[in-house]
Amino acid sequence: MCGIVGLLVRNPKLRDSIGELMLPMLIGMTERGPDSAGMAMFTAPVAADARKFSLYAGVTDFNWTKLGHDFEKHLSIKATIEPKANHAVMTTTLEPATVKIWLKEHYPQLHLLSVGQLMDIYKDIGTPAQVAERYDFKNFKGTHLVGHTRMATESAVTPAHAHPFTAGEDWCLVHNGSLSNANSLRRKLQHEGIEFETDNDTEAACRFLQWRMREGDDLQTALNHGFEELDGFYTLLMGTSTELALVRDPYGCKPAIIAEHDDYVAIASEFRSLAHLPDIKNAKVFEPSPKEMYVWKL
Amino acid sequence: METLNFDLDVKPLREVNQFLHGDASGLNGKKVVIENPNGAHNIAVGLKSEVDVTIKGHAGYYAAGMNQLAKVTIEGSAGSGVAENMMSGHVHVKGFASNAAGATANGGLLVIDGDAGLRCGIALKGADIIVGGSVGSFSAFMAQAGNFIILGDAGEGLGDSIYEAKVFVRGTVKSLGADCEKKTTSAEDRKILADLLVKAGYADVNPDSFQQYGSARTLYHFHVDNAGAY
Repeated sequence: MCGIVGLLVRNPKLRDSIGELMLPMLIGMTERGPDSAGMAMFTAPVAADARKFSLYAGVTDFNWTKLGHDFEKHLSIKATIEPKANHAVMTTTLEPATVKIWLKEHYPQLHLLSVGQLMDIYKDIGTPAQVAERYDFKNFKGTHLVGHTRMATESAVTPAHAHPFTAGEDWCLVHNGSLSNANSLRRKLQHEGIEFETDNDTEAACRFLQWRMREGDDLQTALNHGFEELDGFYTLLMGTSTELALVRDPYGCKPAIIAEHDDYVAIASEFRSLAHLPDIKNAKVFEPSPKEMYVWKL
Repeated sequence: METLNFDLDVKPLREVNQFLHGDASGLNGKKVVIENPNGAHNIAVGLKSEVDVTIKGHAGYYAAGMNQLAKVTIEGSAGSGVAENMMSGHVHVKGFASNAAGATANGGLLVIDGDAGLRCGIALKGADIIVGGSVGSFSAFMAQAGNFIILGDAGEGLGDSIYEAKVFVRGTVKSLGADCEKKTTSAEDRKILADLLVKAGYADVNPDSFQQYGSARTLYHFHVDNAGAY
C-alpha cells in the first residue's frame, strides 16, 4: 500500500499554518502506511549563494556542534546547523560538490537526504504520528510539501528506504505502488553513471527521472519515457521549488484524489486525508486520470 | 417516514453498520441519514432490508457493497468498489465514482451522476449501471449479463472479452476490447434503454442517441477448429 499527501498553499495567510493543515492529512494515511513516514517541506529560500543540506544521523546523540566546528576548521567557512532529533539542516555558502565530498570523507555515517535552497527532508521509521511528533511537523511553515506514509513490500524498513527520495536540488518524489523491473532499471542506470543509495524500487524510479532530466528531458518528457520503462503500479507525487506534480500509471492501479480550492491544492491517496481541510465542501474534488500529468504552480 | 440520523464524527461506523444489519422488520421503510462520512470505507455494506440510506458527503471504498433491497444515496463521491457485487436495490452516487464501480453486480440499479473510474462494471452479472459522465478504461471487462449505459465517453478496451451484457454509449469510445463490437439496437433493447433512462432520472435523454455494443461471441463459444485438441 503506502499513502501519499501533498499540499500547496495558495493563500499566503495560511502558509504559516501549513504544518497544522498537513498533520491530519499525514496521520489520515496511517492505515495505508504504518511503518515509516517522511516529509519534504518547501520553506522560504536561503540566500541566493547558500544551500541547505538535510542530514540524517541515525542516532539521537549525534554531536552536531562538533560537525559545525569541524566544518569551519577544515573548510574555513561557516555552516549553520539546526538539529531536530536525529536530523539536521545545515546551511552554508560553500558549493554543494565540495560539501558532499567533505561529508563523505569526514562523516561517512551521515546520510545526505537533500540539497536545495528551499527543501528540507525528514524521514524515519515509526507511525506517521510518531515521526511527525519527532520532527515537529505541526509547526512547519512554508509554501508546499510532499509527504509519504510507507507500508514496505519490497525492501527493508529503514529510514533510508523511507520516502521522499530526491533527484536534484529542490526536487523530490514519493511513490505509492511497486515496480517489477526496479533491479534491471538500477543496473541500466548504474551503467549511465547514476549512483544509488538503496535497493528501493522508488529510488529506481526517482533515479530514472533524474537520468532522463540529465539527458535534457523536461519533466513531462521524462515521465513519458517512464510510462514506457517503469513496469508496475505507481502514483508518483513530485515537488519542485515552485510546483507539485502528480501522475498515475496507465492502469490507474494506485489511487489519488485532489481537492482544488482558492486557498490551497491538496492531494492524497484517499479522501479521508482531505476531509478536515478548511472549506473542503467548496473545493473541486476529483480523481486524476491515469497517464496524465497534473501540475500545480505556486 | 421515520428518519434516524447518525453522525460518523461521534458514532463508530461499525455500530452504524451493525444497526443497518438488524432485523428487516425493524428497518423496512425507515430512512437513515449518515452525516460526516469523510471518506470512511465500507459504509452501508451488506444491507439486506428495504431501508433508505443517505450518505451526506464523500464515501470511501466499497460503499453499499453487496447491497440487497436497500436504497443507498451517496451525496458526494464514492471510492473504489461502490455497489460491488450488489444483488438488488438501488445505489445512487451523485458525485463521481472511483475504480471498479458495480463490479460483479448481480442485480439492482447503480446510478452514477458523475464520471466513473477504470473497470466500471467489470464482470457485471446482471445489474443495471447508468453513468451520467464518462467511464475509464477496461470498463465492462468480461461483463456477463445486465445493462450498462454510459452517457459520456468510454476509455480504452471497452467490453473486453464481454459475454452477454448490453453496453450503450452516447459519447465516443476510445477503443473496444477483444471480441466487443458495435450492435444494432433492436426494438426490445431500445425499450430496455429507454425504461432505464427514465428509472435513473435521465428521462430527457434521447434513447436514439446511443450506440450499442456487445459480444461478437468469437471467444467463448466452442470453436470447431479446436475439435482435434480433445
